[in-house]
Amino acid sequence: MSFVFYLLTALTIAGGLAAVLLKNTIHCALALTVAFLGLALLFLNLDAQFAGFAQILVYIGAVAILVVFAILLTKGSETPTDGVFSHSWLAGLGVAAAVFATLGWAVLSSVRVLPHETSVPTATVAEIGNALMGRYVLALEIVAVLLTLAMIGAVIVAINEKAGSK
Amino acid sequence: MFENLFDHLDQIFVLLKQVLVGVLPAAWQPVASVVLCVVVIIGLFPALFALAVLLERKGLGRIQNRLGPNRVGPFGILQPIADGVKSLTKEDIVPISADWIVHFLAPVVLVVAVFMGFAVLPMGRNMVLVDMDAGLLFYFAIGASTELAIFMAGWSSRNKYSLLGAMRAVAQMISYEVPLLMSSVTVVMMTGSLSLTKIVAAQNHYTYGLPHWFIFTPWGFAGFFMYAIATTAETNRSPFDLPEGESELVAGYHTEYSGFKFALFFLGEYLAMFSISGMGATLFLGGWTAPLSILTWVPSWIWFFSKLMLSIFVFIWLRGTLPRLRQDQLMNFAWKFILPLCLLNLVVAGIWRFMGDGWLRWVVCSAILILAYLVMGRWGMRRQHIAPRSYRYAE
Repeated sequence: MSFVFYLLTALTIAGGLAAVLLKNTIHCALALTVAFLGLALLFLNLDAQFAGFAQILVYIGAVAILVVFAILLTKGSETPTDGVFSHSWLAGLGVAAAVFATLGWAVLSSVRVLPHETSVPTATVAEIGNALMGRYVLALEIVAVLLTLAMIGAVIVAINEKAGSK
Repeated sequence: MFENLFDHLDQIFVLLKQVLVGVLPAAWQPVASVVLCVVVIIGLFPALFALAVLLERKGLGRIQNRLGPNRVGPFGILQPIADGVKSLTKEDIVPISADWIVHFLAPVVLVVAVFMGFAVLPMGRNMVLVDMDAGLLFYFAIGASTELAIFMAGWSSRNKYSLLGAMRAVAQMISYEVPLLMSSVTVVMMTGSLSLTKIVAAQNHYTYGLPHWFIFTPWGFAGFFMYAIATTAETNRSPFDLPEGESELVAGYHTEYSGFKFALFFLGEYLAMFSISGMGATLFLGGWTAPLSILTWVPSWIWFFSKLMLSIFVFIWLRGTLPRLRQDQLMNFAWKFILPLCLLNLVVAGIWRFMGDGWLRWVVCSAILILAYLVMGRWGMRRQHIAPRSYRYAE
């Protein structure tokens, strides 16, 4: 593991921690964006250009904006006077530790099952495009239809609210 | 002899860089090469920014029947220096209720993100900082992160004008990013590559002395116009400058910024204009290629920067000519007119690709686009009664 990897890991973890520990909700959202950026840079560090740039485009360009808009349009934007820890933080910690342990166990055991790759796999953007349009076209279209349905559903919900208030 | 000279002139910056980097030990050369390019980009574009601001003030003055700046130096050409000194020496005021960390970070994030976009633009033959496989994707990914900087600026100022301006700016930028990407996707469909150098290379052919630029095809023409409209909105320029509408919002998201931080926002806006114009030139206007085959001896970087400055001229011209839109007009225009046309343009680009060479595809593709433009234009205007405006109380 290189120095750059540790630097990016520190950035991502610091962003993630700040996102849960800061008091102001907008600060949390911005800290979450730092964590997204750290993840994107980790992808780029692994030579996965498409994944890295898609991460920036989708998460920083769209999801982060969505999050801050949602915070501003709801009542959550006020800074809480008492601490940010909820009453059930111990149970939450337990669940998180259990999930982390399961994932870690799965990852560590998969190393033994799968053969160790000798060469670094290379996936150009063109290859990813060909795979999406060829082998995985059905999955891609299903996701597309699902997203369209979600969007139409959101519009319908908004329309109903407007009609009811008249 | 002359051809050799012009070849050298074409590559003068590349050769200069090789000479300068060559004096260093071999281990430092890759780093030094990158650093040198970055320094040139960071120096060149702010210089161009000074020139563009002067051009804009002079040009707008000419359009509005006044002289424009004419006090500093002959014909006011030293005005940018005076502006620079002024903004550097002004007091930096941070509102007492402002969130000072985010308030400080917002202009920095904006300018850094905008500068990164220049990294992938091919500014001449062999003149690109990083020749990335996914250059176009990188450019749009970086461009999308400027929205967050604008939001940070508006929110951290704790000022309702700032916040409203930022909300407007972000809503507008998200809406127009869709047509921006959609119109660029047609070029990717044609060249089959996201690499900007390959996109330029695909346009670097000539038939009867005329170039194969994408703007000279039906889908490219439509795509270029939608790209140009989307860029005007994306850079918050008039007629889409609602986020900064002075009559309603003081100055929009940078109301509470003064001194050098305000100058950074100003710089960021112009740099975004440069980079997005450069991207438009690369995608549709052939990048650094010459407009006629007999002009290919002119150095490639001259063509790139000529196209860039021509776009800036059009931006200034539009600002001096068109009135500002209303918020609902802005949104309706993006979602009900530009976006359907962009989607149709994708289909047309597909038809163009699979009809093969020949005159028939020109007729079919042009007919579809013109028909769609007319029908959608009429349909959108069907309830509008365009007549001389009547004033209820002023007559």
